[in-house]
Amino acid sequence: MLDAIVEQIIPTDDFPGGKWANVSNYIDKQLDTYYINHQVEYRDGLAAFEKTVIQLKSKKFEELPFPEQTAILEKMEGGDFPGEYWKAHSPAGFFDMIRQHSMQGFYGSPVHGGNREYISYHMLGLDYPNVIGQNRYNDLSWRKYNPNSIENGK
Amino acid sequence: MANKHVNAVVIGAGAGGGVVAKELATAGLSVLLIERGRWHTFDEHGDDELTSQRTFPLKCGYGPDNEHNWRMASDGKGGWIKVFPNDWAYGNNAACVGSGTVSYGAMAWRFQPADFHLKTKYGAVPGSTLDDWPLTYDELEPFYEKAEYELGVSGDPTNDPFVPPRKNPYPMPAFSFNSEGIILEKAAKRLGLHPFPIPMLRNSVPYNGRPACIRMRTCVGFACPVNAKAGTQNTVIPVALKTGNCELRINCMVSEIIVDDKGKARGIKYFDADNKLQEQTSDLVVVSASASETARLLLNSKSSLFPKGAGNNNGWVGRNIQDHAYTGAYGLFADKLYDDVGPGACIAVNDFNHRMPDIIGGGVLCNEFIRMPYQFSSIRPSGSRMWGKDHKDFQKLNFKRHIAVHGPVQEMPVFDKMVEVDPVVKDFWGIPVVRISGFRHDNDIKVGRLLADKAEEWLKEAGAVQTWKSVPGKGSTPSQHQSGTCRMGNDPKTSVTNRYGQLHEIDNIFVADGSLHVNNGGYNPALTILALGYWVGGHIAEMWKGTHMK
Repeated sequence: MLDAIVEQIIPTDDFPGGKWANVSNYIDKQLDTYYINHQVEYRDGLAAFEKTVIQLKSKKFEELPFPEQTAILEKMEGGDFPGEYWKAHSPAGFFDMIRQHSMQGFYGSPVHGGNREYISYHMLGLDYPNVIGQNRYNDLSWRKYNPNSIENGK
Repeated sequence: MANKHVNAVVIGAGAGGGVVAKELATAGLSVLLIERGRWHTFDEHGDDELTSQRTFPLKCGYGPDNEHNWRMASDGKGGWIKVFPNDWAYGNNAACVGSGTVSYGAMAWRFQPADFHLKTKYGAVPGSTLDDWPLTYDELEPFYEKAEYELGVSGDPTNDPFVPPRKNPYPMPAFSFNSEGIILEKAAKRLGLHPFPIPMLRNSVPYNGRPACIRMRTCVGFACPVNAKAGTQNTVIPVALKTGNCELRINCMVSEIIVDDKGKARGIKYFDADNKLQEQTSDLVVVSASASETARLLLNSKSSLFPKGAGNNNGWVGRNIQDHAYTGAYGLFADKLYDDVGPGACIAVNDFNHRMPDIIGGGVLCNEFIRMPYQFSSIRPSGSRMWGKDHKDFQKLNFKRHIAVHGPVQEMPVFDKMVEVDPVVKDFWGIPVVRISGFRHDNDIKVGRLLADKAEEWLKEAGAVQTWKSVPGKGSTPSQHQSGTCRMGNDPKTSVTNRYGQLHEIDNIFVADGSLHVNNGGYNPALTILALGYWVGGHIAEMWKGTHMK
């Protein structure tokens, strides 16, 4: 389910989205370390989210068509979301937390478990690894992400 | 075993403390430079944006850590909340050998001569404790120069008609503009402004045994991999250590300055690297722990003659904390202009610093340091979608097509904007923590809006197809530019130290950091803090001769 949410936050287009980039893995890793204080919020929040979606749609979030998922998260973000399963935290606050953590996982350094193969750097045309003092002389626009290349695991 | 007595304890190995330690050690005093953090290298941090000093969602890579340090911040409803170093409300400044000078952007500004006599220039400002400094620009000028030459500054003031007067040129030539700098230079000239290269504490050519800058994209917020960026950790602190007169003791948290019943400092108490309480006696104490932590230490150093804290019988310690009301604008351009030539910030105009009719103060305007991908993910015009396809499209389209122009608006000092120690909450070691409260002066907001208009105008002239402004609000948490909490002055009733950073009330305690600033200029304050380090350190060394401060 978290995969489906992060894929909504950073969807796949010409470049992979949050799911491929291991954003969920980034969040999992942080919940064991830097974000240990957010563990309960995630556990309760994801459980409440799951129950609310089933109540609304009679289906799990990840089984819904992509646009329906988007609509659900938009309502959640806007505060227009049933609150009966939510205890300490608001649905909007919970969504914003996942949104922020997803941005960190997709755009931050891979050392923390996300941004697989520096995909966001490739997407932005930022060369990586940064060979100090050299890269700026090269035109790297040819180096587009190729999902079928060996380095991308296929 | 008791620690060996030293002549001087210097608390905090940052910009101010590093310089003072070097000045005293080379003058022959035995010095203990004590630092709560440790040494850092580029290699241990790399270019990890999530733990830099610029964006720190996971932790502040260069300290302080979240495990031992916290503060209280106003919750906006009259109560207090506990905040950690990587929360914005904490107001973090790096805690390591070199402190902010390890990971800063290294702009090397001298304040304007007018910044030293603002009250004379503008008159009293209602709601502000604005005052003149007890020293003039001309008196500090040789010390600015000393900082520029000993640490190393690259710059060229030729095209800046408003440059603070200087006796000698910069020791190194200026950096060239990157591609956005070239675009902005032309636009500024068309607007009748006077653009020039930002002076930097960064080697444009090899200098003092350190190599030239390699133009990394990750500069501000990160250590330099080749030591081209000058900090106290790779310049004056090694010089101090080499004299054999200075010991650097790291991972040590000072909890109190010991003040005896006669009103003299006798040394310090601190928690060592194993968290054991230690005592260190000394003839004199220099506090250079940053505006918030210096004030905290003085307030926590209570004694029979100073029940409200060392040097605080008039209640001015911790008052008037300032930072900068950052303001500016973003512009999106039709063509790609990003060239990956770091650190990004390279061009400035001084036209809006004390040069606008009917405006008090002002600030320099500069293009910004490179925004890395995660930081850029939160830079959007208001009302933008912050996730989903639109957000990703914006990121892809505009990362290489945007310029930011920003500037530090000089804040008017406000008496009730202050650092206190919390009456209840204590840190890991049991030391009462900092709490910060108060609001900016209305003038800061007014000038901020005006400067944002100027920044936007500049970007439009440069060809931006879309622009938006980012203006300061009343709330602020002084962080890397924090200053003003132990103001220097001639009147002991309305200041904490004399013109040499010596406490009015305790003659063997000195302050040498941004706390001394009577106001904080319209510039990044690092070079002024370094210059004051030379000023205070030089004065102590002079006083020491023959007297040993007894």
